[in-house]
Amino acid sequence: MAGNTITRARLSEAVYQEVGLSRNESADLVEALLEQIADALANDEIVKISSFGTFSVRRKGERVGRNPKTGEEVPILPRRVLVFRPSQVLKGRINQADGFDRTD
Amino acid sequence: MTKSELIARLAAANPHLYHRDVERIVTTVFEEITAALARRDRVELRGFGAFSVKERGARQGRNPRTGESVDVTSKYVPYFKTGKQLRERLNVPE
Repeated sequence: MAGNTITRARLSEAVYQEVGLSRNESADLVEALLEQIADALANDEIVKISSFGTFSVRRKGERVGRNPKTGEEVPILPRRVLVFRPSQVLKGRINQADGFDRTD
Repeated sequence: MTKSELIARLAAANPHLYHRDVERIVTTVFEEITAALARRDRVELRGFGAFSVKERGARQGRNPRTGESVDVTSKYVPYFKTGKQLRERLNVPE
């Protein structure tokens, strides 16, 4: 299933068609929406979009890693990683695509 | 932050727009991403991240209650990979 790739342009176009703002403003709002989500996550907030999914930030502790090439031990610093958990609705939509319901 | 809070924040930042239009913008964006993923397309939002769909192969599962083994058919799961810029932003020293 080598599909296509959708970018911001496609999302802006959808907003333009659906809401009737100018193309420029539609693009700005798509950007502003992503920015609001990023801001919230940077603030350690959980972002929960019903029927889509939940973005949350997980803190990972320091651990010892290894350079696979040299075998040398290097410390991996504590960091924050973003986790996306898709909702049941989103999972369901994806599995309906071929006509089978595989939500269970 | 929930979807309605996201709408409220976007609306506050764009006081010239009707609240109902901001609502439609947010709904449209997530609906468009969902529709793309349902077609198994990839959604690439540079700097933010990329959504894609991965196939999980069929496997032999087990009913945890009875211990009976059951065939689980293959399925597709959405996957999100954080963009470089956002990943870096989450890790700037405060």
